[in-house]
Formats: sequence, structure tokens, C-alpha cells
Amino acid sequence: MTPRSIDRDEVRGLLAEDNGQLVEVLPAEEFSEEHIIGAINIPLKEVDERAPRELDRERPVIVYCNDYQ
Amino acid sequence: MGFPRVNDYVAGKKDWGSYGLPHEGTNVPELLAGDVAHKDVPTCALADRLADVRERVRAAGWDACIVVNQYRVVLGRLGRKALAADSGESVEEAMTAGPSTVRPSIGTDALLERIRARNLTSILVTTPDGRLVGLVLRAQLE
Repeated sequence: MTPRSIDRDEVRGLLAEDNGQLVEVLPAEEFSEEHIIGAINIPLKEVDERAPRELDRERPVIVYCNDYQ
Repeated sequence: MGFPRVNDYVAGKKDWGSYGLPHEGTNVPELLAGDVAHKDVPTCALADRLADVRERVRAAGWDACIVVNQYRVVLGRLGRKALAADSGESVEEAMTAGPSTVRPSIGTDALLERIRARNLTSILVTTPDGRLVGLVLRAQLE
């Protein structure tokens, strides 16, 4: 399933109303330098292995990285 | 990923920070422009009467007023000189259009450097889409 693109306001809505799970998919070093408060870090290469263990399937997942680039 | 509800915040953490939303990390300065900006800086609309604005701004103890539209997007700024002049100008005629702005996510040290380099006494903090966050005074950083 292709992720749905959402904007900042939708992120805030999912976090506030739907108990969304924020996941930064950048490497750990970049996560440690700066991340959105409340996010967890699952680097892209580890998503397939870790997501089923660490994320709740019943709650929306919001993935992000730096920006559009 | 195999999850039923996966969303991609494509604009990412740079966008989040630039709107002054909470972020943290070793590279995030302790104090940000968005934290220290005076959110109570007076605002007015283009159509307001300058004489009324002057009175209201003085009564509030300020010597600057930010001209915004209905969405709080910054259009210009009325500084001390514009507010002091007892002319019959409109807000639009008296204001300085396109004032310098910074994003809420800039650290206060970097902000002070920028203020000094441009020899400013204050600087506006806005979101990337131009909405007013507040005003930072040079004096409060020095």
C-alpha cells in the first residue's frame, strides 16, 4: 500500500486525535541531531524488520525524513 | 511496511521546525527565535487609520506595529518614525513594506549575529508562509 502524503496540519491532527505514531526513517545520527518531539527512529533500512515489532498496527503511522529532497 | 494506515509527511522535519513546532536534538539550540519572540506586538490592518493605530500602539507601550492581513500574513511594518509622524498618511503609505523576517526555528545566538550584521534593532519572526509569530528585540538578546 502506498503511503498517503499528508501535510503538517494533518500530522498534528493524527497525533492529537488518532494517537498517531511518528517515525523518523533517517539514520540514527540524524535523528539524534534533530527530530520531532514524540517521534521514534526506525531507519529506512530497518523498517521491514522493526516496524512489526515496534509499531501498533491499529494506530496510524506517520513516516517522515528531512524534507522533499 | 504492511500496515493499513501509513502516512508520509513529505515536507518532513525541516518544515515542522520552521513553523515553530516542538522538536529536539543535539543540533537544536536551547533557545529559539519562536521561544523569545514577543507575541503581543501590536498589529493593524492596511485599512486602519494611522492616527488610531498610533494611539493604540502608544497606549500599549510599543513603538512599532506590524501590518498584517486577515490571515496574519505580514504586509509591512510601522516603525517609530512612521508612528511619530503626525501626517495624514494611511497605514499603507506610512509602512515599510517587506520587512526582514526569520523563521521561529533559528537559534537566538545565530539570530543575534544576523541582527548585528544587518544593524537592526529588532526583527520579525514569521512562519515560511509569512504569518506573524512575533517580534524579537535586539536588546533582549544582548
